Amino acid sequence: MAILEVNNIEKHFGATKVLENVSFSLEEGKALAIIGSSGSGKTTLLRCLNFLERPNSGSIAVRGETLFDAALPVREHEKELRKKRLHFGMVFQAFHLFPQYTALENVTLAEQLLAQEQPDFKQRKKEILQGIEAHGQQLLERMGLSERMHHYPHQLSGGQQQRVAIARALALQPDILCFDEPTSALDPELTGEVLKVIRSLAEQRTTMIIVTHEMAFARDVADSVIFMDGGVIVEQGDAREVIEHPREERTRQFLARYAQG
Amino acid sequence: MFWTVTQSLLNGLATTIEIFIFTLLFALPLGLILAFGSMSKFRPLRYFIQVLVWVIRGTPLMLQLIIIFYGPGLWLSHNIWSGNETGRITATVVAFAINYACYFSVIFRGGIEGVPVGQREAGQVLGMTRSQIFFRITLLQMVKRVVPPMSNEIITLVKDTSLARIIAAYELTFAGYSFMKSAGLTWPLFYTGVFYLIFVGILTLLFNYIERKLGYFR
Repeated sequence: MAILEVNNIEKHFGATKVLENVSFSLEEGKALAIIGSSGSGKTTLLRCLNFLERPNSGSIAVRGETLFDAALPVREHEKELRKKRLHFGMVFQAFHLFPQYTALENVTLAEQLLAQEQPDFKQRKKEILQGIEAHGQQLLERMGLSERMHHYPHQLSGGQQQRVAIARALALQPDILCFDEPTSALDPELTGEVLKVIRSLAEQRTTMIIVTHEMAFARDVADSVIFMDGGVIVEQGDAREVIEHPREERTRQFLARYAQG
Repeated sequence: MFWTVTQSLLNGLATTIEIFIFTLLFALPLGLILAFGSMSKFRPLRYFIQVLVWVIRGTPLMLQLIIIFYGPGLWLSHNIWSGNETGRITATVVAFAINYACYFSVIFRGGIEGVPVGQREAGQVLGMTRSQIFFRITLLQMVKRVVPPMSNEIITLVKDTSLARIIAAYELTFAGYSFMKSAGLTWPLFYTGVFYLIFVGILTLLFNYIERKLGYFR
């Protein structure tokens, strides 16, 4: 069964339709790349999945549990919304690390706050916090940042900051990790280190949705790909198939522009 | 004589410091509440605060002080402020706290709105509550942003305390001035100025220290 099922998502800002009829599903352990030009609705789609935007219609289900259905009444408690959000992790284009915390604190903060809600937190406080700290260190090591754990974001390069952001998103063990153009804000020489980390996550079978402009990367790392244009899914299928042999004319034109550089 | 003047000025300084500290104590949280109110989605509240800030910033603090001190006695036909020094200081603190809260609220709003939306969203996707996001993420970044404008306002407050003389609160300037009236001495006025300078000097050092402390992040 698919881990994620998105059905007929529609989103408009005022009169502007940003997403229309967006449906897809994702299997556990697979990576999905979303490609398309700016303004095609890719980012809005990710924001809908993370409950940063509310779709006007459609539904979203994770592991068979409906998290969102526009047909159902709106009134939602912050607590439920927070719980739903935790199914998804989000890595932003501009990192959005918390500047006043070190790399390690950025990674552990949310986990610590969640732990405080556990009933036995007071009795086992020291043990729990140590566990969270060790977990954070381990994640940063996986990102190749063991030397940088106690640095503040402004002391890190863009690539390092983005890797901290990936560790932060992984800390709460989301079912699905979303990347919103993770390398678009980076200098070209720094994109490699971030892509390498995402590639290794794919090899470890992390379920991921990656909005990206790196076509070669999408082709090699993603299992499937979605091409969006004007808020609709124009073409979706096997990543290599779609990128190398697109069926739709619009996909062909888009990819041709990229091939020209 | 020098010793008499010094003692008298120290007395006045005590009142000045009292007004200063209590004003900050009330105006800082009230300013934050007004700042939130001015960003509220509930329009009547937003408009109410906009009008309040307009009126308070648009009229002299001295006028507000006079109205708050004498108003109740004239309208309610009994004075809510006791007639002694404590009553006068309390009225001063009330007038000052309202006035300064309005100025602070504008600074705080700027500080909060200056924190990028992405910070809040990053907190949201990590499952944080609104209050966790405010206290653990936004607040310190806001504080860092508002320290320079706040230091301006707080230094102005030190000198505005001298307005309390208008309702005969025996603060520092009143103390210095009294020697000119009673004994024709002008040097205590300059001596009074030195007291203010030292007070403001200490605050300046304190603000520099806070700015340095918050300099560890950007």
